[in-house]
Amino acid sequence: MTKATNYRGWLLLALPLTFLILFYFYPLIKIFITSFSSSLPGSHARLPTALSLGIYGKIIWFTTWQAFLSTAITLIIALPGAYVFARYNFFGKNLLQAFMTVPFVLPTVVTAAAFRALLGTNGLLNNWLTAGFGFAEPPIKIDQTISFFLLAHVFYNYALVVRIVGDFWAGLNPDIRAAATTLGASPSKVFFRITLPLLLPAIGSAALLIFIFCFTSFGVILMLGGPGNSTIEVEIYRQSVQLFNLPMAAILSLIQIVINFLLMWLHARLGRDSKITFFGDSALKTAVYAKTLLQKAVVFSNLFFMVILLFSPLLALVVRSLNTENGLTFLYYTSLFTTHNRSIFYVPPISAVLNSVGFGIAAMIIAVVLGLLVSTHLAATNKNNTSLWDALFMLPLATSAVTLGFGYIITLNTPPLNLRDSIAIVPIAHSLVAFPFVVRCILPSLRQIPACLRESALLLGASPIKVWRHVDIPVIKKPIIIGGVFAFSISMGEFGASSFISRPHMPTMPVAIFRFLSQPGDLNYGQAMAMSSILMFVTVSVFWLIGRLDRG
Amino acid sequence: MIIRKKLLEVTNLSSSYDGCPVLTDINFTLGDGEILCLLGPSGSGKTTLLRLLAGLAEMENGEIIFNDKDIRQIPPHKRNFGMMFQEYALFPHKNVTENVAFGLEMKHLAAIDVETRVQSLLESVGLGGFGGRRIDELSGGEKQRVALARSLAPEPRLLLLDEPLGSLDKTLRDRLASEIRTILKSLGLTSIFVTHDQSEAFSVADKVAILHDNTMQQFDTPENIYRYPANESIARFLGFKNIIYGRVDENCIFHTEIGKIPLAQRHVITPVKDATLLIRPEGAVVKNKGAPLGKIQLSGTVTDRTFQGSTYKLTLNINGKQLIFDLPIDPTPAEPGDSIQIFLPASSLVLLS
Repeated sequence: MTKATNYRGWLLLALPLTFLILFYFYPLIKIFITSFSSSLPGSHARLPTALSLGIYGKIIWFTTWQAFLSTAITLIIALPGAYVFARYNFFGKNLLQAFMTVPFVLPTVVTAAAFRALLGTNGLLNNWLTAGFGFAEPPIKIDQTISFFLLAHVFYNYALVVRIVGDFWAGLNPDIRAAATTLGASPSKVFFRITLPLLLPAIGSAALLIFIFCFTSFGVILMLGGPGNSTIEVEIYRQSVQLFNLPMAAILSLIQIVINFLLMWLHARLGRDSKITFFGDSALKTAVYAKTLLQKAVVFSNLFFMVILLFSPLLALVVRSLNTENGLTFLYYTSLFTTHNRSIFYVPPISAVLNSVGFGIAAMIIAVVLGLLVSTHLAATNKNNTSLWDALFMLPLATSAVTLGFGYIITLNTPPLNLRDSIAIVPIAHSLVAFPFVVRCILPSLRQIPACLRESALLLGASPIKVWRHVDIPVIKKPIIIGGVFAFSISMGEFGASSFISRPHMPTMPVAIFRFLSQPGDLNYGQAMAMSSILMFVTVSVFWLIGRLDRG
Repeated sequence: MIIRKKLLEVTNLSSSYDGCPVLTDINFTLGDGEILCLLGPSGSGKTTLLRLLAGLAEMENGEIIFNDKDIRQIPPHKRNFGMMFQEYALFPHKNVTENVAFGLEMKHLAAIDVETRVQSLLESVGLGGFGGRRIDELSGGEKQRVALARSLAPEPRLLLLDEPLGSLDKTLRDRLASEIRTILKSLGLTSIFVTHDQSEAFSVADKVAILHDNTMQQFDTPENIYRYPANESIARFLGFKNIIYGRVDENCIFHTEIGKIPLAQRHVITPVKDATLLIRPEGAVVKNKGAPLGKIQLSGTVTDRTFQGSTYKLTLNINGKQLIFDLPIDPTPAEPGDSIQIFLPASSLVLLS
């Protein structure tokens, strides 16, 4: 590599690097400094004492314990589903597979709202049971309990296990099982001695991912868990926003960052040795139709469970958003357009939709530009030298959005970076969360372009710019669009950072839903359901579009 | 020829996949200690036949008698048939020793016996020091040997080999083919070997079965398959190019566009109107003074001549028909453009049905 191209490489990197330093490292370092000083203005400074150390321990313990429990329950429930998907063909398999990604891309706020709509005190099931059996009070009381958010975690991660483990399972060479059989292994021995050990990397990878997601879970726990049940993320939010104890929030953020880095590092280590893909092509060839009664029972019961788990909360959400005192009406939807006297908003709630779409588009543009620059640089340099840069640009993925949001409010409030009241702060935070995804979309395709393709274009007289325009861009057009759509929907659903930085009169949809749900009254509840339904509709249709693009 | 005890008998075996027939009406018997090669183009149902025998696939109808017992109801893991798979299907989470030991552990052999047997097996396939290696550290040829050792370990009564040399390069394939035959013969192990490569089939097998269009078209010794292919599609599959059409009269003369060719008496008794004749390329000689009488004579123009080492490959144009012959390098045959007269032995003519 010559000096000239090196120079150009650094030029490509300059903008994303500046962005990362200003909006990622600076807030994080400030958190770090804050956590060791009590001199933050306006805070009820309370340095950790022996007593508060116990509080930290309790929070960390609870976070770990609930993540572990969520992971274990999800695995136990979802592994049979993975088996069914790996081994059997059934009517509507492709459709169900497509629908299974829905929970995964659903904003946490929507999931929380959906579970409240189904099982909450005021939820559909309780209403029906009360009406049908004449209970004096709602029979299902899991509001504000651990079971409620554990259930939501299972809902979230069920599809993840089925996809990762199921695809890996379907991709296992069936001859390996056949070989064990001809060597005298009974079906159960084949499973325990051959299949299970071979699946372990995939199961481990899925388990670790679920653990990471549940460990950093925020929206679901904040809205379903109740005050006694705080994870580190929720506690950062409570300490900083509700109690304004910034040093304690800073220390918790630091703890969260360190643990997240360790978990991500572990996941990267494990993933390096095994070829596990998130959304690989599933090998449908080896799957068969269920023949015996037992097989049919296994397939049917799993599919039945899957449909109930995946669809009932979403269906309840829509039903609840339409079900008003006067029967099925669009009242909750129409009321989103008006400002009520007792409203918690200064503007008609529907403006949150416009805000979210606007922020989403801005975040998408920033994320795509940054992602494109970083990918081009990483693809052009030797793969061995880039792993450090690669890891550096993936860092925002390991950082919780709540920590980021907290970092923003304690740093971006003084000139020259006085962005706290600027519209720009929300899309900046969102694009920081989204752009590692964009890089992950574009980089693999860019790396697949063989060097000889560019070299032959150069020899044919094309300038480097022209090569990029005529060779690289056509190849990565689709990944750019997919990455962009990803960034947009991440922004639409982002809650952790937005809960800190969105201004009161410019809420995003998730923030608005959260505010509705925190207020009493049927109208607020109904409006939360209505807005969640809109957000679900937008997110799902966006991902349906990605699916179309991916195929076409 | 030794009379062997009949070990395997397959009758009217049929199988289909998604409503399409994969195998129809397969019949054959195999003697104890014999090596059978299933030869045929890809998609002809060779692998399916192996899997049916192993019990890994479901048969539609037919009978499989092994050692005088109907084995259709015996589950695959209790048949004690060994199988070597196409890409070897070695267990990726086990090392070489653990792979070979697996079948022995399933038989609940004592650990010490397992160890001794694995060691001696690895030595017999030339992998003595390889026990601790991981599977992904092995070359293609080494994997093949591990797979062979693994399938031999539980002392199977029948060994099924599915294209065991398929993914190796030509030189290695030739060497390993004869090595496999030596090992199988020294163990006296009855085996069925699937391949699409005829030279491999001929060098390994006692019997060859040609599978084509889902049926077994010919079952015979390698020599007889080569000498007397049963029909045109087998002849073409075996790589023969000289196939001509004509009619046979009552005097056993083949009338064709390239002239009249007298056939040996064993071919036909009654005249045939639409007949197909195969002329095998080898055995032809250039006409010279000392050539014996009674041989079949053809004359034409040389259109191409390729030196192949032990022979010349000569393409002749005879009345507009291109025929190819392998001629001895002495005397040097005519150059392209020259006319030539060659003699053929009667045995190189095969009337196809």
